[in-house]
Amino acid sequence: MDRILTATWGLPGGHTLAVYRSHGGYGALAKALAMTPEAIVDQVKAANLRGRGGAGFPCGVKWGFLPKDLAKPRYLVVNADEGEPGTFKDRAILEKDPHRLLEGILITAYALKVETAYVYLRGEFGQPGQSLTEAIGEATQAGYLGTNILGSGYSLEIVLHYGAGAYICGEETALLESIEGKPGKPRPKPPFPAVVGLFGCPTIINNVETLACIPTIIERGGEWFHKLGRERDGGTKIYGVSGHVKRPGLYEAPLGLSLRTLVYDLGGGIRDDRPLKAVIPGGVSCVPLKPDEIDVTMDFASMTAAGTMLGTAGAIVMDVTTCMVRMATRIARFYHHESCGQCTPCREGSGWILRILEEIEAGRGSPEDLDLLVDICNHIQGNTICAFGDALAMPIRGYVTKFESEFLRHLEKGGCPFPAW
Amino acid sequence: MCRDPLDPLPPFAFRDETEKELQQLLSRAPTPAAAILPALHLVQKEHGYISTAAMDYLAGRLAIPPSKVLADATFYEMYRCYPVGHYLIQVCTGPSCALLGADRILDHLADRLGIKPGQTTPDRLFTLGRTECLAACGSAPVITCNGQLYEEMSVEKVDQLLADWSAAAARQPGESEWTGS
Ligand SMILES: Cc1cc2nc3c(=O)[nH]c(=O)nc-3n(C[C@H](O)[C@H](O)[C@H](O)COP(=O)(O)O)c2cc1C
Ligand code: FES
Repeated sequence: MDRILTATWGLPGGHTLAVYRSHGGYGALAKALAMTPEAIVDQVKAANLRGRGGAGFPCGVKWGFLPKDLAKPRYLVVNADEGEPGTFKDRAILEKDPHRLLEGILITAYALKVETAYVYLRGEFGQPGQSLTEAIGEATQAGYLGTNILGSGYSLEIVLHYGAGAYICGEETALLESIEGKPGKPRPKPPFPAVVGLFGCPTIINNVETLACIPTIIERGGEWFHKLGRERDGGTKIYGVSGHVKRPGLYEAPLGLSLRTLVYDLGGGIRDDRPLKAVIPGGVSCVPLKPDEIDVTMDFASMTAAGTMLGTAGAIVMDVTTCMVRMATRIARFYHHESCGQCTPCREGSGWILRILEEIEAGRGSPEDLDLLVDICNHIQGNTICAFGDALAMPIRGYVTKFESEFLRHLEKGGCPFPAW
Repeated sequence: MCRDPLDPLPPFAFRDETEKELQQLLSRAPTPAAAILPALHLVQKEHGYISTAAMDYLAGRLAIPPSKVLADATFYEMYRCYPVGHYLIQVCTGPSCALLGADRILDHLADRLGIKPGQTTPDRLFTLGRTECLAACGSAPVITCNGQLYEEMSVEKVDQLLADWSAAAARQPGESEWTGS
């Protein structure tokens, strides 16, 4: 298989300009600068590249939403807020291969006629930010970044902006609020950021991994990239696996990797060869899958058809000793803690869910509480400004309905029947 | 602002090099408000936490209402409105770390330090806390200390780290307060 995004990972000095260049790095930038911006957007459309930040929106289509006129400046914002629990791919790209991201930013910014690009790094990303800063220094020195790039007349400035510990700022409009200096409270859409975004100007927001795909698309062509993956899902993806597996880590594979292969083959199987209880396929906002549900291909459409989501493709594996009530409680605590508090269903519902779950984990409550939990989730989903509410409601309902008997066992036993973690 | 009117604020000022960073920041920020988050990071880097005096000072320097600075300082988790110890240890209790023993590591650290999560040791050397997922789940369980990530932790490994940090502090007495990170 072609390794694209991870080609230089693990090589000595793999993060440096010298190694990136010895693998053809910045060749795509030179090629792109000789193309028209429109031709670049066409290649990305042909690539069927879907956003890697979790929602899977077709990248080229999103770029097409920018207004045609250049009345206002336009911005590219790189989402490096990576906060979805279970996800650890963007940190790796920033630390191991920052030049691929930079080249992707440069080509994209040129294609979108952007003169300033922001990179929004989560506040905890000191090391990844340092690595990106060094790469920016190297690239500027070499003439790939700054004014009159490679003699093309095109100029780009990249500004790093650090968050300060708020998961919600990964949501694209909360992220814009945060760059503008406000608490991260998502904006109602429409208007969409492509029309009214950062400082009121047209803005495209893309995930780190999405942009890291762009150099290869330009170098090899959109059609070539598309053929690596699935019909409506081009290219390769960095899959993650963590939790109760023997070989946790990141593995690049074409879109459509089997979840079973990720867990049992790449991930090495379950620790101590215990039976599997559940897998969260792509970050905690995804509905968990049971052992008889893991023969699914990990692309956006197939995972949705399986009643869950591809999300960020960072799988969390849980063996039979894992308490599903405790996992649901931990996830609810996370969402309750991180809710921006703007919408009533999410602000109040997250706390209500958490209190019920904590009671059940302690063996208190009644079977009707399970119906109540589902009811609260149903009232949150679709009733909030941003998708955070759904990201809370869908998995919690999934734990309750798929592992109902385990919830009931807590009530019968008057406590948790599983060992401590 | 949450200030006691009977207790006048101590004057606040940056050290020279931080002042230079602030001036650079102000000259580049597209709007005054856009400088709040980076400016709060500067305050915390230099002082270890964000005091009411610092918030008032920043509001003046940025020419924005103090309430806006306060709103950000309290919305964003990483900003601390209270002083912390020389070493700020945070244990990730996100799902992947939790599955691999994060709670045991947190309990162990609390035991060893004789404090609860959220507290600081009386000698002001260590503050203990928890964090959500740090995007390092492949090497769980992880902790951070003053922003530095430590991966594949175990009770033995955190004991070793504690010993190293205590020894480093003993070599530099008087350093038992925040010196920045
Ligand atoms: C609550 C919430 C948190 C999110 N966190 C992130 C994140 O940390 N990183 C990210 O790239 N996208 C995140 N997203 C998705 C972004 O809103 C947006 O869809 C994405 O950055 C677009 O880039 P893409 O099209 O390249 O995927 C989040 C969305 C929601 C609703
Ligand atoms: S759960 Fe600890 S780093 Fe992700």
